[in-house]
Amino acid sequence: MSAPLLEARTLDVAIGGRTLCRGLDWQVMPGESWAILGRNGAGKSTLLATLAGLRRPGSGAVLIDGRSVAAAHPRELARVRGYLPQQSHDPFASTVLETVLVGRHPHLGRWDWESAVDRRIAEAALGEVGLAGFAQRDVQTLSGGERQRLGIAALLTQEPRLFLLDEPLAHLDLNHQVAQMEVLARRAAHGAGVVAVLHDPGFAARWCGFALLLFGDGEWIAGPVADTVTAENLSRLYNHPLRRLAGAPYPVFIPE
Amino acid sequence: MPTRRRALAVILALAVLAAASMLLSLAVGSLSLGLHDVLAALSGDGEGMAAEVVRSLRLPRTLGAFACGGLLALAGALMQVLLRNPLADPYVLGISGGAAVGALAAMLGGLALAFVNLGAFAGSFLATLLVFGLAHGDSSWTHTRLLLTGVIVAAGCGAAVALILSIAPEHKLHGMLYWLMGDAGQIVDPRPALLILVFGLLATLPMARELNLLARGETMAASLGIMVPRLKRVVYVLSSLLTAAAVTTAGSIGFIGLVVPHLVRLAVGNDQRLLLPAAALAGGSLLVLADTLARTVVAPTQLPVGVLTALLGVPVFLFLLGREPKARS
Repeated sequence: MSAPLLEARTLDVAIGGRTLCRGLDWQVMPGESWAILGRNGAGKSTLLATLAGLRRPGSGAVLIDGRSVAAAHPRELARVRGYLPQQSHDPFASTVLETVLVGRHPHLGRWDWESAVDRRIAEAALGEVGLAGFAQRDVQTLSGGERQRLGIAALLTQEPRLFLLDEPLAHLDLNHQVAQMEVLARRAAHGAGVVAVLHDPGFAARWCGFALLLFGDGEWIAGPVADTVTAENLSRLYNHPLRRLAGAPYPVFIPE
Repeated sequence: MPTRRRALAVILALAVLAAASMLLSLAVGSLSLGLHDVLAALSGDGEGMAAEVVRSLRLPRTLGAFACGGLLALAGALMQVLLRNPLADPYVLGISGGAAVGALAAMLGGLALAFVNLGAFAGSFLATLLVFGLAHGDSSWTHTRLLLTGVIVAAGCGAAVALILSIAPEHKLHGMLYWLMGDAGQIVDPRPALLILVFGLLATLPMARELNLLARGETMAASLGIMVPRLKRVVYVLSSLLTAAAVTTAGSIGFIGLVVPHLVRLAVGNDQRLLLPAAALAGGSLLVLADTLARTVVAPTQLPVGVLTALLGVPVFLFLLGREPKARS
């Protein structure tokens, strides 16, 4: 068995004096896909940023590829883990290709310019998210969904082994939601670790092997979706009774 | 997306433009000279009044104007990245205003030129400290608040300037007004400004790609391996140093830091590796041309060059401000 890509050790995540996640002991192995589920304000994004090393934990430690993120050099970290923030805002005009190529930054030396190889990686990523032919478009003219897919393309261009995505499906149509989950599943099949904040438990059950449920009061449940994404857990998680639809090929949950 | 080769070509073209604008500035004036005379004077062969005019009057002024234009454009470009706001500019943020208060206070006290410069320097640093300090507040710098703080500091400095002007004795008023409006004619020694411009470029170019990412957001930059707090501190200190150097040299010249990076961005894109040196060269050339125009257009009266740049800058600023919401939606 290989070493975990991501590991949380007795991790506490707090914001504004409120502990959202207490004593998280959790591992993501290469090839695993995890969904993080929870209500609005349950601390999903805060936890993800902490796992990415962008936020200091209340206590405990986060290890990426066996190294503590607190001690690791940010640049070394950026070659292993990619992070998709919830929102991106573009105050300046820039082409789609330039925006995707920022993902190459951790792989380039101080005086390097993006090479033909970097460009090919970027163009392949654009193709993968359905933005081939958009390379010269200005990012400020993109729709919300196109901008979201551009962010995912930049993440693919970064070529991390650990993907941390905050609501990767926001603003996306159903077909693009499925396409992005397939892109991530392909990365996982090649040994990457994927952790994504999702809103649809059905998507989590369909595309992720594992789920981490955050209840917002510090309590958490982690494990294979078959054990965690159940009608009983989800009803408690969302504070609304949910029923699993019988007879569907994939788990489908409908509100009572 | 510029490649390294295209970036070098653009820089070379702008360097040629800069050289041409400086030659023009050396040739034009109440004593009109041919290119041959100018080159002869520069190479030290020239004799007589023409050589004297070029070497001791026009050359310091031209080089000083170039350095100031470059400094202001570079400072503006850096502030825009730091604040992720294309409207940021040393003049808009009140930093030039702080320098004006410092310089005028020194003039009012009847201090020597060196102290006027020192006053300008101290004033701009204090204004920067005040603007960024007040707008610091919570963990992330809120950009609207920062621009607003800058506007308020600029207004406060304006009031302080008005106060100094109203109590200043008659014979000091003219010099003060010229300093306020920005005047390249007062430049005696352009070398410190040129040196600081070169230092600024050498210091910013190695981190230009990091600045590209910072312009796209702090979270983005941090997740791609940039030590954001350190980078921001460096950019903050550098941009206030560059502004202080420019204002100390030629007084308060507005809007170069706003207009030039914007125009350069339209022409070559927002890659800081190209934008920063291109803005410095273009800013220098623009101020040299504006100063040439200012001292020739209604000769023998010399206009303060700051008036010309402000007349140019205000419409551009308003245009940018009006365009902003559309670009975001």
